[in-house]
Amino acid sequence: MINLIIDIVLLVFLVIMAVSILHVRNLLAVSMLFGLYSLLVASVFMVLDAPDVAFTEAAVGTGIATVLMLATLAVTRVTHEKKQKRVAYIPLLIVLATGSLLLYGTHDMSNLGDGNAPAHTHIAKRFIEQGQEETGVPNLVTAVLASYRGFDTLGEVTVVLTAGFGILLLLRRNQKLRIKGVQGG
Amino acid sequence: MGDNLILKVMAKALIPVIILFALYVQFHGDYSPGGGFQAGVIFSSAVLLYALVFGLDAAAKVLPDKALIATASLGVLIYAGTGVASMFLGGEYLNYSVLGKTAQSGQHLGIIVIELGVGLTVAATMLLIFFTFARRTRAQ
Repeated sequence: MINLIIDIVLLVFLVIMAVSILHVRNLLAVSMLFGLYSLLVASVFMVLDAPDVAFTEAAVGTGIATVLMLATLAVTRVTHEKKQKRVAYIPLLIVLATGSLLLYGTHDMSNLGDGNAPAHTHIAKRFIEQGQEETGVPNLVTAVLASYRGFDTLGEVTVVLTAGFGILLLLRRNQKLRIKGVQGG
Repeated sequence: MGDNLILKVMAKALIPVIILFALYVQFHGDYSPGGGFQAGVIFSSAVLLYALVFGLDAAAKVLPDKALIATASLGVLIYAGTGVASMFLGGEYLNYSVLGKTAQSGQHLGIIVIELGVGLTVAATMLLIFFTFARRTRAQ
């Protein structure tokens, strides 16, 4: 019963956040609301017994992403979103069609916590039964990410590094050019 | 943030705790929730707090860009190097079983080492991205 109440409260707050993000025009407030949204999603993950994911969501979504969004707002110096006068019918149609297709697709999904779901019957069983023996690591999430799926994680880390270098190349070169321009002028 | 005393005192109290927590998440990630990625982000948020309260220059004095770029690359090098090391010891790429005396201890060691690599890269890259954005703000 108490779990149901927590679920309902969290999901209602999520909907409120999503709707208010759409309505608020002040971009500073929107980035704060995005942070709160991430915090709520992290709480939902926590309720679903996924602390590793909740951790990442709270640290990245609420912390780093919010600060980066604020930094971007400070660079662009845009404080308010422009008000759209006309209703854009074609995008609205596409969104509605995609949304209804996604809703239709959920009928094929297995129920939450269903032990017979394909995701739980294939290889997960082996990880759970032999993971700790094979890797000596009690936290199964770490064992799967670092050892069984070591290639994927190496790829992810490389993506993070590439993203950092990409931003350095894009934003730093302009700064140097500006300095040269000042010297030349 | 100027001379806000409350912010400065609170930041000074919080930053060591955040860094300690990041190290706990990093090196205890094999027993409790967490791991390199989470630890890296938490660590970078501690430095981020320092930069927001005490200014970019103070933070850049502790962690200059060159050190950050080197650390970010070192993390990937540690990760990929672990794979190469296990190849030299007779296993497949990233098969940590050959790193230790038993397959289990080798796996455990390999996981700790590559998580360290992940943590270094993530922490350094997050800070690099933030510093680069923040400097753009100031340059205008």
